[in-house]
Amino acid sequence: MEQVLEVLSMVLVEPFARMATNPAFLVQVIWEGFVSGVLYALIALGFVLIFKASGVFNFAQGIMVVFAALTLVGLHEAGVPAWVAVALALVVMYVLAVGVERIVLRPLVNQPDIILLMATIGLTRVLVGFGELVFGGEPKVMIANELGIPSGVWRIPLFDRVVVIKLIDLTAAIVAIVMVAGLAFFFSRTRIGRALRAVADDHQAALSVGISLEQIWVIVWFAAGIVALVTGIMWGARSDVSFALEIIALKALPVLILGGFTSVPGAIVGGLIIGIGEKIGEIYWGRLIGGGIESWLAYMIALLFLLFRPQGLFGEKIIERV
Amino acid sequence: MRVNTLLVGTAMMALVGTALPAAAEDSVYIPLLTYRTGAFAGSGIPIADGMHDYFKMLNARDGGIGGVKIVTEECETGYTAQKGVECYEATKAKGALVYNPWSTGITLALIPKATQEKIPVLSMAYGLSAAAMGKTFPWVFNPPLTYWDGLSVAIKYVGDKSGGLDKLKGKTIGFIYLDAPYGKEPIPLLEGLAKDYGFKVAKYPVPADKMQDQSSQWLNVQQDNPDWMVMWGWGAMNPTAVKEAAKVGYPMDKFIGVWWSGSEDDARPAGPGGKGYLTLNFTATGADFPAVQDIVKHVFDKGNSSVKEKSKIGEVNYNKGVYNSVLMAEAIRTAQKITGKKVINAADMRLGLEALEISEARFKEIGLGGFAAPVKVTCDDHSGAHAVYLQQWNGTKWVKASDWIAPMKDKVRPLLEKDASDYTAKNAPWPARSEDCPKS
Repeated sequence: MEQVLEVLSMVLVEPFARMATNPAFLVQVIWEGFVSGVLYALIALGFVLIFKASGVFNFAQGIMVVFAALTLVGLHEAGVPAWVAVALALVVMYVLAVGVERIVLRPLVNQPDIILLMATIGLTRVLVGFGELVFGGEPKVMIANELGIPSGVWRIPLFDRVVVIKLIDLTAAIVAIVMVAGLAFFFSRTRIGRALRAVADDHQAALSVGISLEQIWVIVWFAAGIVALVTGIMWGARSDVSFALEIIALKALPVLILGGFTSVPGAIVGGLIIGIGEKIGEIYWGRLIGGGIESWLAYMIALLFLLFRPQGLFGEKIIERV
Repeated sequence: MRVNTLLVGTAMMALVGTALPAAAEDSVYIPLLTYRTGAFAGSGIPIADGMHDYFKMLNARDGGIGGVKIVTEECETGYTAQKGVECYEATKAKGALVYNPWSTGITLALIPKATQEKIPVLSMAYGLSAAAMGKTFPWVFNPPLTYWDGLSVAIKYVGDKSGGLDKLKGKTIGFIYLDAPYGKEPIPLLEGLAKDYGFKVAKYPVPADKMQDQSSQWLNVQQDNPDWMVMWGWGAMNPTAVKEAAKVGYPMDKFIGVWWSGSEDDARPAGPGGKGYLTLNFTATGADFPAVQDIVKHVFDKGNSSVKEKSKIGEVNYNKGVYNSVLMAEAIRTAQKITGKKVINAADMRLGLEALEISEARFKEIGLGGFAAPVKVTCDDHSGAHAVYLQQWNGTKWVKASDWIAPMKDKVRPLLEKDASDYTAKNAPWPARSEDCPKS
């Protein structure tokens, strides 16, 4: 009985006591979770855009992040000024979008979704091989300073302690918020956005009212390419630019499960819930079971939400008549 | 054997399109399990290059070893145990002399197979620490020292800086590690030493998908405020950890990484924040050695190296790859001497590895004087528990920060024996050693 009470205290009392006794640290944890969350949202957004337009889960989103970041750093290493390299990297991502539409998607119109998924897996392998051939597999340092991304820290006094805000994290959060808001506006309030939704609902119906499927796909893949470049810059600046960045894309999966594959607001809210939730879980409860729980805790949080909303937080409720 | 060699050579030519030496020449075949792709490629590439280049240099400069060319073939593992085992299965029939898994996970998977099939495994300063017990693991070698030896050096250094090991009582040592077989390997010894010296251990596992987002781990570090931090990291985990440590203001001169966390690419991305970071090391850094210069002359300058920039030759992980090949090359020479054969097989290679001795004079003779501490492997001790030193990042390069420090053999050896015994019990029936010790 005593042991049960002890366990209950460790699970239900001590973590909250730690939060109450050191609120500045709690703020720090929430801030770190928030930064991770907006960056997760950014990755998830790349998936959502393509899924909305083509019903395809783009397996290649992770490698697009690596490819975009490597292109940027590679161009800069070749002597191209930083912001020109950004512009050229965007051109490369546009060429990639056109190439994907022409070579991969166009021949597969109206094929089952699983075929398109397999095509993106193939695209991933092609980009991995091409990327390694051109840039090599060695890690590179993101050109954060050259792009004007600040590298210092703010130490903010709070509750007699200090909360540390890394300026790079602050920049990442601001850029991600602006990007997410911009893309949300673009796809919900513009003509192209409405066309995108039409394509997402029914390819053939969209074609019949004069919407160019090819054009929409290029736009969407290019938008996903822009998202990949920004994601690559931000994550690359926090760590390094290497093929390990591809793994980061896995973090979008619980976000997508939670937020729904078709919802831009879902990607944002889902990213924040997962980001903050996994940090709080790891810091205050992780030690009870050995630590390192973030990887699966994100899926637990997502599954918990799915118990109550199977379509995700903002996903479309699909009713199919039998 | 000659027929086998030719068959292997023909198969090799068909498989990898490598221009083999003329059919009349003798050769031995060494598969290299490497990873030039995936999340750990940043660490895997320079190591693979170093291994290759040393053998290429020996082939070009000396015509191989003892008149025998070295034929290598890379097999990409991506640092995954599954692919590593696939590589082993795909290459063993070609007459592999020895396997270098370059992953503790792959090593653990290969130990029972290679023991059964009698092919040596050389896990240079990684893998199962208990494999140093040669009487239990006659086919596995892990010189120049085990992870447990390395950890004991780190604790010894911490004790030294704290005024003696007895002063560790009541202190907290944080251990941040890749949440994989590699990172977990030294934990039993760490917990054992914590009991002996009365310090506390705070563990911070980093899952592979969180290598580049370690804010949780370092928030915990910030809250626990350990007196010292020890890291067992690899790949992208290392630069991220150094950056995060700098961010939370952890004193870098109290942060010690294992030898696999101490490449230039691990410290460089942190910029000035990484200054003071310490790691263990057992090879010298730099290209200022006659043998390394021969690599430049015979391999790099002739366009036969995979290294793109000359400055990469002599970097920490490149030199680790060179050292790995030096161990193999010297074991081949030893095996040739013991058996009197030019073209040796896997069983002969095992003899060579078990009698391996590279003295200071021998290192000098092969153009690597001062490159590493003398190495001696015996029938009883397959690692040798050799000394390592600490290097420190000065903001732009690694500099030597300590003398060579010997591991705590008295503490480590009994635990290795116990662990070896536990391993055989878990993997019963483990074959009893039937191989004789080398005569010389």
